[in-house]
Amino acid sequence: MQPTIRLQREDFDAAAEAALLTRGRTDVGAVVTFAGVCRGAESGEPIAALTLEHYPGMAETEIARHVEEARTRWPLLGVTVIHRYGRIAPGENIVLVITASSHRQAAFAAAEFLMDYLKTRAPFWKQVEGKAGTAWIEAKDDDNAAAARWKKPAGDQAAE
Amino acid sequence: MKLVYFAWVRERVGKAEEEIEPPASVRTVAELIRWLRGRGDEYAHAFEQAQSIRAAIDRSHVKPDAAIAGAREIAFFPPMTGG
Repeated sequence: MQPTIRLQREDFDAAAEAALLTRGRTDVGAVVTFAGVCRGAESGEPIAALTLEHYPGMAETEIARHVEEARTRWPLLGVTVIHRYGRIAPGENIVLVITASSHRQAAFAAAEFLMDYLKTRAPFWKQVEGKAGTAWIEAKDDDNAAAARWKKPAGDQAAE
Repeated sequence: MKLVYFAWVRERVGKAEEEIEPPASVRTVAELIRWLRGRGDEYAHAFEQAQSIRAAIDRSHVKPDAAIAGAREIAFFPPMTGG
């Protein structure tokens, strides 16, 4: 399995990317597609757009490392991660994670694992553009807690 | 070595990257941050809260006690907010 990992300014087509993971094969029994979308409000305030900054080179490497870790934890048959950067308007896609496996548990868990790590460890930073100007979004404790739950040994995951 | 800055660290320092040659007495990431703070008001402002700064050496996350010897590229940035 060769994972697809892309960082791009352009939008992506979630359905088309998911279709690529099952094309020409019959061993896949579950495909989980997660798309992160830009909300029109942040902390109750309307926003004009988000701008995503990233660390080229490190972002790809970090995502690839976590995709590899997901593959050691769950029996995955396909993984796609696409993360956009640049200016993104409300309603537009930000990030796509697709996991394919024979059974749903592995696909769901791996997709959550990858998203939790993208939120807290992948070198991306979101800046909000609002009426009062621009502001960098602060890291959220909830996201850190969500990522921390994966730190237990991989063997425990299989039992869930 | 090359330093690269992202997000508000970049904005406060006022540049995205630069070449520096810290003295040999600066051995770790935490010591490098302390040394950078002394380079001017913009650095003092960018690095005033060391606990809010994350670092990477040659594109891998590191802790403040990581040695900087042999590093080609050291990055400083706020906690990440991707996804």
